[in-house]
Amino acid sequence: MREITLAKAVNEAIAEEMRRDPTIFLLGEDVAEAGTPFKVLSGLVEEFGPERIVDTPISEPGFVGIAVGAALTGSRPIVDLMFGDFLFLVMDQLCNQAAKARYMSGGKLNVPMVLRTNLGATRRSAAQHSQSLHALVAHIPGLKVALPSSAYEAKGLMKTAIRDNDPVVIFEDKLMYQDKAPVPEEEYLIPFGEAAILRAGRDVTLVATSSMVQVSLAAAEILAREGVSAEVVDPRTIVPLDEDTILASVRKTSRAIVVDEGHRSYGVSAEIAARISEKAFYHLDAPVARLAAMDVPVPFSPALEDLTVPTADDVVAAARRMLRGEVRDAA
Amino acid sequence: MNASDNTAEYLRLYEQMARIRAFEDNANQLYLSAKMPGLTHMYTGQEAVAVGLCEALETTDHITSTHRGHGHCVAKGAHFKEMFCELLGKAEGYCRGKGGSMHIADQANGNLGANAIVGGSAGIATGAALSAKRLGTGAVTVCFFGDGALGQGLLYEVMNMAALWKLPVVYACENNHYGEYTRTEEMAAGDLCARAAAFGIETHQVDGQDVLAVNRLARDLVARARKGEGPFFVLLDTYRWHGHHVGDINRAYYRPKDEEALWKETRDPILNFGKWLEGEGIADADALVEIGERVRREAAEAVAYAEAAAYPPAHEVDMHVYATPGTADRGRKELDHA
Repeated sequence: MREITLAKAVNEAIAEEMRRDPTIFLLGEDVAEAGTPFKVLSGLVEEFGPERIVDTPISEPGFVGIAVGAALTGSRPIVDLMFGDFLFLVMDQLCNQAAKARYMSGGKLNVPMVLRTNLGATRRSAAQHSQSLHALVAHIPGLKVALPSSAYEAKGLMKTAIRDNDPVVIFEDKLMYQDKAPVPEEEYLIPFGEAAILRAGRDVTLVATSSMVQVSLAAAEILAREGVSAEVVDPRTIVPLDEDTILASVRKTSRAIVVDEGHRSYGVSAEIAARISEKAFYHLDAPVARLAAMDVPVPFSPALEDLTVPTADDVVAAARRMLRGEVRDAA
Repeated sequence: MNASDNTAEYLRLYEQMARIRAFEDNANQLYLSAKMPGLTHMYTGQEAVAVGLCEALETTDHITSTHRGHGHCVAKGAHFKEMFCELLGKAEGYCRGKGGSMHIADQANGNLGANAIVGGSAGIATGAALSAKRLGTGAVTVCFFGDGALGQGLLYEVMNMAALWKLPVVYACENNHYGEYTRTEEMAAGDLCARAAAFGIETHQVDGQDVLAVNRLARDLVARARKGEGPFFVLLDTYRWHGHHVGDINRAYYRPKDEEALWKETRDPILNFGKWLEGEGIADADALVEIGERVRREAAEAVAYAEAAAYPPAHEVDMHVYATPGTADRGRKELDHA
C-alpha cells in the first residue's frame, strides 16, 4: 500500500469531500495560498478557488461564529484553527453557540461544522503554541472530539467529521504532519466511537490517544523484548468514546495504563481511568495508572520541555512497576 | 409606500406591534405571578424596531435575536401558543422547553434563535449571510443586538469580514440607552455609527419608535442587500419600558422615573402609529381597538393553553444533544451503572 504523510492525508480527505459536496467550504487564517503554516492545505485553493478556501483576518472568534451561522443555514464549513491553543479565544462561539444550538432548539437546528486544529508539545514553541486542550472541549456536551494518531486515521476520521451533522473538533498532532503511514487509494471512512486495537497483547492494556499512540507502540515494542505483552488501544474519538473495546481489553489483560498528552489533572486520562475503575474494577490486578503531561505550562527550554510529556521509557517504567506488583502511583 | 394603496400593510404593522405588546404584557404577568420559571427580558417599548425590520423580510430570510428576543420572534412570524409553551418549559414549545425565553428559536420562520450571550449571535448572523451568498439563496440576514453588544469584540471582527466579503447582512443596533443597569454613554465612547463606518459599512440612524420610518429604511436596505450591496449598519433609537429583566423593579438609581414616563407618554410606537393611521384616514379608533382586543384574546388563549400543556417527558432530557442517535446516551447509562 502507498504511504503518505499525515498532512497529505488530511488534505486528501478535505479535497475528496469538497469534490463530493458543494456546500462544504473551508475558512481560517492563511489557508489559501499559504496552505497553513504546516502546509497541510497546499493546493486546495488552486482546485476549489478562494470562494471555498477562504482566507480570514486574524479573528478567531469571528470566523468560528461565522462558521456556526453558515452551518445553521445549509453550509458545511470546515474551520482551520491554526493552533490548538487558540481554542481559548473561541470558547464562547464553540461551547456556548455551536455545542448548544441543537439542544437549545429542541433538535430543530443542526451545526454540521468541523473545527480542525492541533495539539502536541516538544516543538519548542513554548506555552501558547504547544498545549493539548482536547479535554476542554470533550467536557462540553454537544461537541464531538476526534484524535487521529496516524495518516490513516487522520484521513478516515476527517471524512467522517465532515459528513457528521454535529460540530466536531478534530485535533491533529502537529509533530506528525510529516510522518508517513499506509493509506489506501480507495475511499474509506472511520466511524466515530470505534476504538482500534493497534497491537494485541495479554499482560497490560495501554489506552493511548493521539500523540501518545506512537509513544505507547514504541513502549510495547520494548516491553515485548522483555517478555511483556502489551495491548495498545487507540480510542480514535474521545466523544463518543468506545468504552466497550477499552473495557474488554482491560478485562482480558487485568492491567491498564492510560497515556494522553493533556495535563494530568482533570483530563482525558482521568476520565478513561475512572471509567475503567468504575466498570472493570474486579478484573483489575493493579490500580489503573495514568501518564499525562505535567501540570505546568509548557516551558520553552528543550531541557525542560522534554520533561513534561510522557515518553516510551516512562510507559515502559510504569508497566514494569505495575507488573512487579508495585501498587503505589505508577506514574 | 403610498398611504392610500397600502392599507393592509399598514394595519399589519400595527397589528404585529400590538401582538408583541400583548405577548409581553402576558409574559410579564406570568413571571410576576410566579408561573414562569427563570428570568426574562421585556421587549415592550421597542416594538417598532422588530416589526419595522421583520416586515421588510421574507420568511426565508434570517434573523438572529437577543436575550430581549420575544419581539423579534413574534415579528418574524412565530405563533403565540408555541412561544408561551416555550416560556413555561412545556413540550409543545418551539424548542420543546429546552431553550426558554432566552433561547427561543423558530427555524421555520428563519429565526436562528435568541442568545443569552450579549453580542453572541453576531457571528451566526454573519455566517448565515455568508452561507446565503455562497449557496445563492438570495436570503438576507438581520442581526439584532442592543447597545450593550457594542462592547463585544466579536461584533467588530464579523463586521470587518462582512464588509470585506460584501455580505447580505443588516446589523440592527437597538439603542435603548441602557446596557443592563448602566447608561450607554458611560460604556460606549465616541460616535456609535462611526464604529461600523470605520469598516466602510454604510450606516443609518433612524427613530426606532417610528415603525414607518424603520420599515421604509429596512425595505430599501434589504432590497439592496439582496442585490449584493450589503452589509449595512442601522442604529435605532428606542427605549425599553421595563427594567433590564422582569425583576428589575427598583431602578430609579440608574434611570429616572420622569424619563420613563416621557418615553411612555410621548413616544409609544403603537399609540403614535395608531394616531397616524387615524389622521390619514386609514383606520378609525374602533378598528384599532378591535385589533388590540383581538390580539389580547389570542394571547390570553395561548397562555391558558400553555399553562395546561404538558411538560416534556423525562426521557427527553438527553435527546437533541447530538444529531447522531445514541451519542449522548453513554454518559447517562454510566449514571445507572455507577
